[in-house]
Amino acid sequence: MSHDASHECQELLQGLADHLDGETQSRMCQELRRHMDGCPNCRLVVDTAQRTVQLFRGEEPIELSQDFHLRLHASLRDAWKRKFAK
Amino acid sequence: MPKIHTALLLDRAAESALVLQAQQGDFEAFDQLVRHCERRVFTVALRLLGNREDAENAVQTAFLKALEALDGFRGESSFCSWVARIASRVGLDLLRSRKRHEGASLDELSGDEDDEGNIPRPWLLVDWREDPSRSVERQELHNILSQALDKLSPNLRAIFVLRDVQGLSTEEAATELGITAGNAKVRLLRARLRLREILTEVFGSEDQARDHLRIIGDGGLAAAPAAREEDA
Repeated sequence: MSHDASHECQELLQGLADHLDGETQSRMCQELRRHMDGCPNCRLVVDTAQRTVQLFRGEEPIELSQDFHLRLHASLRDAWKRKFAK
Repeated sequence: MPKIHTALLLDRAAESALVLQAQQGDFEAFDQLVRHCERRVFTVALRLLGNREDAENAVQTAFLKALEALDGFRGESSFCSWVARIASRVGLDLLRSRKRHEGASLDELSGDEDDEGNIPRPWLLVDWREDPSRSVERQELHNILSQALDKLSPNLRAIFVLRDVQGLSTEEAATELGITAGNAKVRLLRARLRLREILTEVFGSEDQARDHLRIIGDGGLAAAPAAREEDA
């Protein structure tokens, strides 16, 4: 595969931002989607980038430690009392 | 880490009702709102700051600020989004002070080293073995994602967390960071591609990765299949 083809892939990956953000009507995104039909490597990059973003977006919220949970609620209760005691 | 409290799940109407009660002085309503949001707010802070101690401080500060500003909350976003935004601002201030402390750019998080030049060429061109969210234990997945974020520069980490963990729009994230929307877009693409490389090292098919690293010569997006054909 020629250097030019690789360069073209690189240019088209600028459309990846639009693709990942669902801006599928943008010119760059549409060009990227057309290009992906014949370029398995770009398809792979786009697919794994999408999975990367989905992993973070879909991550279960992280638990607070018991100690911090208790401290947080105690400090808020104290602050609440001070606020309404004014 | 043992779970000791049950997260409270509320729909938007129930949340609004609790906000109203809290604004009228009902602490128990406010406490329920905190239980409803605390894990989400903590996740944003931890992903931004990278360690529990700083994240806990940011979360505590954010909820105290929310308590003080509660009367002014008009419900234009959800309560959780509002507090998460306060927490990320507290976190960004901490990141800026870290940079100043380390003698780095005083231009805070608006430094442009991640905004210019070409987008790095994707290197690892291997598919992932399977869906990690199904095949990896939740705690292990948290750890893998934490370690991946730790490998990003502070600038890339901040834009990624604001956009893809906190859920701000690119324009909103740019405003929080004091950069243009165009720079935010470039920085975000760099962050996502860098994380893709890091996570492909973890989740990529081992056979494919070995093959890829063996045959790839001058890099390039299209190098691997051509070389594979020659190899065969």
